[in-house]
Amino acid sequence: MDFGFSEDQEMLRDQVRKFLDDQCPLPQVRTIAAGPQGYSPDLWKQLSELGWLGLTLPEEYGGVGLDWVDLVIILEETGRTLFPSPLVSTTLAATAINAYGTAAQRQQWLPGLASGSHIGTLALLDEIDFLSPEAIRMTATSSGDSYRLSGQKRFVQDASAADVFIVAFRSGAADSDIGLAIVPAQQSGVSVEDTPGWDRTKRTGVLTLEDVEISPDALLGGTMLGAHAVETLVDRGALAVAAEAIGVCEGILSLTSQYALDRKQFGSPIGRYQGVKHPLAEMYVDIECMKSLVYYAAWTLQGEPDEAPAAIAKAKAYASESVCSAGVNGVQLHGAIGYTDEYDMQLFIKRSKWSRATYGDEDFHYDRVATFGGL
Amino acid sequence: MDFDFTEKEQAFRAEVKQFIADNLPPPEQRDENFEQQWHAKLGEKKWIGFSWPREHGGGGGTLIEQFILKEEMSKAMAPDLGSDFMGLTWVGPALIRHGTEEQKKEFMPDLLNCRSSWCTGYSEPDVGSDLGSLKLRAVRDGDDYVINGSKIWTTKAHVAKYIFLTVRTNPEAESRYRGISVLLTPMNTPGIEVRPIVNIVGLHHFNQVFFTDVRVPVSARLGAEGEGWKVVMGALANERSGISESTGMERHLEKLKDLARKSFKGGKPALEDAEVRRKIARFETQIAAMRLNGLRNLTKQIKGAQPSSETSVNKLLRGKLEIPMSDLAMGLLGNEATGMGEWQHDSFNFHGTVIGGGSPNIQRNIIAERVLGLPKD
Repeated sequence: MDFGFSEDQEMLRDQVRKFLDDQCPLPQVRTIAAGPQGYSPDLWKQLSELGWLGLTLPEEYGGVGLDWVDLVIILEETGRTLFPSPLVSTTLAATAINAYGTAAQRQQWLPGLASGSHIGTLALLDEIDFLSPEAIRMTATSSGDSYRLSGQKRFVQDASAADVFIVAFRSGAADSDIGLAIVPAQQSGVSVEDTPGWDRTKRTGVLTLEDVEISPDALLGGTMLGAHAVETLVDRGALAVAAEAIGVCEGILSLTSQYALDRKQFGSPIGRYQGVKHPLAEMYVDIECMKSLVYYAAWTLQGEPDEAPAAIAKAKAYASESVCSAGVNGVQLHGAIGYTDEYDMQLFIKRSKWSRATYGDEDFHYDRVATFGGL
Repeated sequence: MDFDFTEKEQAFRAEVKQFIADNLPPPEQRDENFEQQWHAKLGEKKWIGFSWPREHGGGGGTLIEQFILKEEMSKAMAPDLGSDFMGLTWVGPALIRHGTEEQKKEFMPDLLNCRSSWCTGYSEPDVGSDLGSLKLRAVRDGDDYVINGSKIWTTKAHVAKYIFLTVRTNPEAESRYRGISVLLTPMNTPGIEVRPIVNIVGLHHFNQVFFTDVRVPVSARLGAEGEGWKVVMGALANERSGISESTGMERHLEKLKDLARKSFKGGKPALEDAEVRRKIARFETQIAAMRLNGLRNLTKQIKGAQPSSETSVNKLLRGKLEIPMSDLAMGLLGNEATGMGEWQHDSFNFHGTVIGGGSPNIQRNIIAERVLGLPKD
């Protein structure tokens, strides 16, 4: 039993923190977020050189061979600095192919995803915003030994940046009739549209498929994987977003604590008043709890896989609730300056809304916790 | 990072489980002699003061083994490890850290054998959350201190053999935190008078204690004169982590789930109500966080850190759990809530555990000032 990070992990955190603080401070985040792509291809190339893109992939595919506890360290820091990039999306797509792909599919896609020459993402959700196997409605028609897919996938993260999609669909009514297709963006019948949203550091889009052919080679794992594969990927997404949410809360706490020290009213820094200091203390408590729950959940993936779904549900439920209140309190404790475009707090509250919803909000995950807990 | 228990730790857990199976009768079969016999058996195993160093009479167990011991005992609804919660949770560790050899020899053996019992003198009639302003005066007179004043909310003062007593030895010190000392004082010292205070559920647990020309030898002082604040801060951190372990909350949660399973809301089973389910799930999540926070703190302690402000996190979580859990239970009970029963009792009694060791607002101040570096009130 050791609930701490190793020296190597502390070094990784220092490296990530230094890179992000040097290369992408908040003014740079604003510039990237205002641009059409939503990420910086130059920084993306550097991430690949640092090994972050293939962090959890096996070395034979150009990865680093570390695990999700290490990935969480990177994501906490990308959250803290609101770093805009398709890192989470690409990691999730690569995770899907690494976990479920055939040897040929892994060989075809993983080296490019690890090197950053491919940008991948998951396209799981249909028209309705409900994260469960029965909500997968996109239904394939058979055509020889291939499938053909038509329809739309919504809430696709980094859709415009991605050149390969992992698309959930079904061939029949049963949970076992659910499969995942590897769909390159340039394939005939594939189109993408960016969805306007308030958080421009996180891009979302709609993927439209019009009679797109899914050859046997493009069916992930060469078989219908069933609902469990989709649930596993939703869990990974929830864990990644929860890890970034820790950083988002830390960013808010740091910005707001500093403001509470600098801003003087009634002859004293406002951080002296309990109306200000107590919500900040609560934010700290939430961050400590999020860390405990997220670190443990990341460890279960290797250490106790049966425990992972319940551990991740707890982590994301707590993170969703905490990041939401950190955003609200962050703005409110600042007062009018927090409501301006110019001051950075607005970037954080916008991210907090995104983090709360993406891969399931607290209601969604508390419902799962209740079921896992025997209710 | 590794949450697996080592083979040695797993073997220890198996040993504890076996001991419980062999020795712990079910609650309905425990008679009035049970606790004494149980503690004697625990003492033989060195499981009282288990994580203390052997040289001080402890069991020499690791903090993780101690965690396992407490977890299994709590699951089995066993009584506390030792009859003297205060003595074992903070007086003992303070003695190990600050005590003289004579003090250790005088107090440690009885502590470990459950032959002593301690109470703690912090609050005064005008001094509660602002503990640094305590007034109980101890004036040096030759080889003695002469104590005059009063302490209040002193739990167990009417049964305790000793009091872990905070006094002001120097009212002129440059900082009010510098003039405080701790005196290890026998409760049968002439001049000490204990008056009972009945608590919110009609029980006599705490007291007001009056000191009139009470003479205590200088050798009873724990730590240097005027340096008592440091001793008290360490003891309070141990108190906060001691009363904020997740095991007790896990027991409340199981009880709450059982209640929810047989309750109705609006004519339907309560478990069909999304709000009830989510509230319980939220408690379960907070308790999981509390357990993991505890393990993270243990990891820090194993690497050499003393418990400090981080203990306020779990203390605050306890406040967010016990009272809201009893609120939900009372809601599930409907009109039964107006009667007598375990949850009805807890809905009042939990206020004591939430306030004891420092109220939630005091914990928030500690975090804001000591961790976040915000200015003092």
